[in-house]
Amino acid sequence: MNEVRLSTTPVLQRPRHLLGIEPLTAEQITFILDQAKPFQEFQRHPLKKLATLRGKTVALAFFEPSTRTRISFATAAARLGADTMNLQAESSSLKKGESLIDTVWTLEAMRPDGIVIRHSASGAPEFIARRLEIPVLNAGDGTHEHPTQALLDALTIRDRKGHLEGLNVTILGDILHSRVARSNIHLLSRFGARLTLCGPAMWIPKELECLAPNIRRVSRIEEAMQDADVVMVLRVQSERINEPPISMDDYILRYQLTPERLRGAKPDAIVLHPGPIIRGLEIDPAVADGPQSCILEQVTNGLAVRMALLFHLVSGAPPDAPHPAKETSA
Amino acid sequence: MILITGGRVLDPASGTDAISDVLIDGDRIARAGAGISAPDAEVLNAAGSIVAPGFIDLHCHLREPGQEISETIETGTRAAVAGGFTAVCCMPNTQPINDNAAVTRSIVDRAATAAHARVWPIGAASVGSKGEALAEIAGMQDAGIVAVSDDGRPIATAKLMRQVMEYCNSLGLPVIDHCEDTSLAAGGVMREGPRSIRLGLKGIPAASESICVGRDVEVAALTGARLHIAHLSTRASLDYVRAAKAKGLAVTCEVTPHHFSLIDEDVVYDTAYKMNPPLASRDDRDALLDGLADGTVDAIATDHAPHHPASKDVEFDRAPFGITGFETAIALGLSELVHTKRISLMRLVELFTTGPARVLGIERKLAPKSPADITIFSPDHEWTFRAADSPSRSRNTPFDGREFRGAPIATIVAGRIVYRRPTAAASA
Repeated sequence: MNEVRLSTTPVLQRPRHLLGIEPLTAEQITFILDQAKPFQEFQRHPLKKLATLRGKTVALAFFEPSTRTRISFATAAARLGADTMNLQAESSSLKKGESLIDTVWTLEAMRPDGIVIRHSASGAPEFIARRLEIPVLNAGDGTHEHPTQALLDALTIRDRKGHLEGLNVTILGDILHSRVARSNIHLLSRFGARLTLCGPAMWIPKELECLAPNIRRVSRIEEAMQDADVVMVLRVQSERINEPPISMDDYILRYQLTPERLRGAKPDAIVLHPGPIIRGLEIDPAVADGPQSCILEQVTNGLAVRMALLFHLVSGAPPDAPHPAKETSA
Repeated sequence: MILITGGRVLDPASGTDAISDVLIDGDRIARAGAGISAPDAEVLNAAGSIVAPGFIDLHCHLREPGQEISETIETGTRAAVAGGFTAVCCMPNTQPINDNAAVTRSIVDRAATAAHARVWPIGAASVGSKGEALAEIAGMQDAGIVAVSDDGRPIATAKLMRQVMEYCNSLGLPVIDHCEDTSLAAGGVMREGPRSIRLGLKGIPAASESICVGRDVEVAALTGARLHIAHLSTRASLDYVRAAKAKGLAVTCEVTPHHFSLIDEDVVYDTAYKMNPPLASRDDRDALLDGLADGTVDAIATDHAPHHPASKDVEFDRAPFGITGFETAIALGLSELVHTKRISLMRLVELFTTGPARVLGIERKLAPKSPADITIFSPDHEWTFRAADSPSRSRNTPFDGREFRGAPIATIVAGRIVYRRPTAAASA
C-alpha cells in the first residue's frame, strides 16, 4: 500500500523550488491544482487566516515592477500566517549598483524560509536557487517562465471545463516575449492540449513549435478562433528595447479580441487574460466584461495556487500532510 | 643547448612526419633528424609525444593595460604556454584601446619583461575602435603590430573597411574583422533558435554574422586586400569564405575550439556559456567541422577572453561576453577533431602553426636556423582540466572539470623551456 502511494503520489518535495513549469510532470501539476482547490473555497471564509506558516517568513524580492503578482503572493503568505519581507526594485540597493547575488545574500542573512522572485532577466530565479538553501519560487523571469500564472490559469480552465485534457487552446498576442505563454504552453501540452499561437508574424517565430508537440502558428485571428475551447489574450507592449515598434492601430485592426471574433470559437469558449488588461487594445471591453471572461476568477485562483505552493514548499510538510484549509473549515 | 629526443616530429611546412630528434642552440633550431648526438645538451625525452612548430594563437585578450583584474600579460601568457602556445596575438580592446604607437610600445615593452610567450599585438583599425577615423596604423606597425582589427565590434561601415583595407594593403598588414550586424544582434545574448526561445534569452540570428562576412568579402574583392574573419561560426559565413578563396581572393578565417566543440543546445543559465559570437546551431557547427577538415578554415584561434569572476557571476543578460581558452584548445582539437577521425594530426598541427602563420604572412617550420619555438604535446595523455588551477586570473570557462585525452607536454619559446607539464610521463 505504502509502495503504491510512493510511486503514484506526486512528490512536490522533490523539486525544492518552483523555477518553471517545464521541469514538472502532469502528476506534479495535478497535485498542485488539487492542493489549491480547498484554498479556493477558503477565500470565501469570513476569517481568512491560517496558522499553517506561523513563524515562517517569506521574502518577496521583486526586481521588476509588479502589482498583482506581488500583492497576490503577499496576501497568500499572510493568509497562511507567514510574515513577509519586501524588496522592491524602485527602493532597492540595485539602484546603487549592488549585484543580484549580493542583494540575495543580504536577504538570506535575514533568514527567510522561502523567497519569491520576480526579475527581468531570464534565469535569475535559477541563478539564485543554485546559491541558496531555501526554496525559490519564480514569480516571473524575463521572457522565460511565469509558472504560478500558468497554474492559476490551469485551475481556472479546469474549473470551467471540468478537465485539462485534450483542449483546443488559442493564445493571442506577443508570444515571443511572453513568459506567461511559455509556461502555459509547457503546462497545457502536458495534458495533450492542441495549441494555436496567433499574432503578428514576428511575434510567433517558428522556433516556438519546438517548445511542445501539437503547436501550430496562425496569423489570421479568425482561423485561430475555430474550435477554440480556451482563448488566452496576452498583454501587448507597444515598445521594446532594440526592436522597432509595430503599429498599435494595425494590432487592433487585426488581432483585438472582439465579440464578433470570439463568436468564431466554440460557444462555450472561455477567455483568459493574465492582466493587467488594456481595454480597447488587445481586448474589446465587451469581451473583458462578458460572460465568457474569467479574468477576475483568475485573480482569486492566483491566491489559491500561491497558498498551495507556499504551503508545500515553505512549510516542509510531507505531500500527504492534512490539508490546512480542510482542517479549519471542517 | 637542448636536445629533444625520440618524439614524432610533425612539420606541416615540409610535410615531415617521422620519429626524430631536434637540437636547439641558443634561440634557434640547430639540427633536426634521426640520431642526433649532442653530449652537452639538456635532453628532453619526447618519446610518445608530438613535436611540432610553436603554436600561434591569432586571437586573444590579455587585458593589459587597463583590465588587470581579469588578466595581465604575465598571467595570460603563462596560461598560453600551458596550452602549448608560443606566440599570441592580443586584440586591441584594452583600456586605453591599442590605437596608437605609444600603447603598442607599452604592450611590447611589458611583454619583453613579463611574458612567457611571444606577444604580437593587433592594433585598432579606427581611433578608439569607434569606426570613424583611421588609427595610427603605420606608427603601430613600426611599434610591433601584426594586424589590425576593431575586435569586440565590427569595422563599422563598408566605407571605413574599404579605407582600412586599401591602407593596410599598402602596409602589408592583414585586416581582421569581428563580423556582426549590430542592429540584428542588438540585445542578443545567445544564438537565436529553439534553445533561445525555450530559455527566454534574446537571440542573435546567425545571419547577423554572415551579412557582415558577405560585405567584407565584397570589399576585399574591391580592394584586393588581405581579409581575415575572426571567430567564424556559421555555415553561411563559411560559404562566403569558401567562395572567396575559389575566386583567388586573399580571404582567411579562424574558428575557436568552443565553436567546434559546443552548440547552442548546450547553453544553460551559466554565464560560462555566454560568448560572442554565441555557440552556433548543430548545423552550423557541422559546417565548421567540414571547413576544418577541407581546408576552408585556416586556423584555430582561442578568443581567450578572461573576465573576473565578479563580472561573470551575474544574471545571464548582464554578463560580459567571452570565455577563457588557452589551456583547453589543443585538448579540444584532439578530442573533437582528431580522436573522432575528422582530421589528421598533421592537419591539426597545421591549424595551430602554418595556418595562422600564413594569415600573418610569416613562416613557421621546424628547420635549421628557424626560431626555436616548439610545442610538444601528447595526443593521448589523460587529464582533467581544473579552472581553479589555471594561471589565468579568470575562471570563465564551460570546460571546467572536463576530462580530456591529449595535452600539452612542454612549450619552448626562443630556445627556453617556458612550460613543462607537471608529472607528465613523456617529459624527461
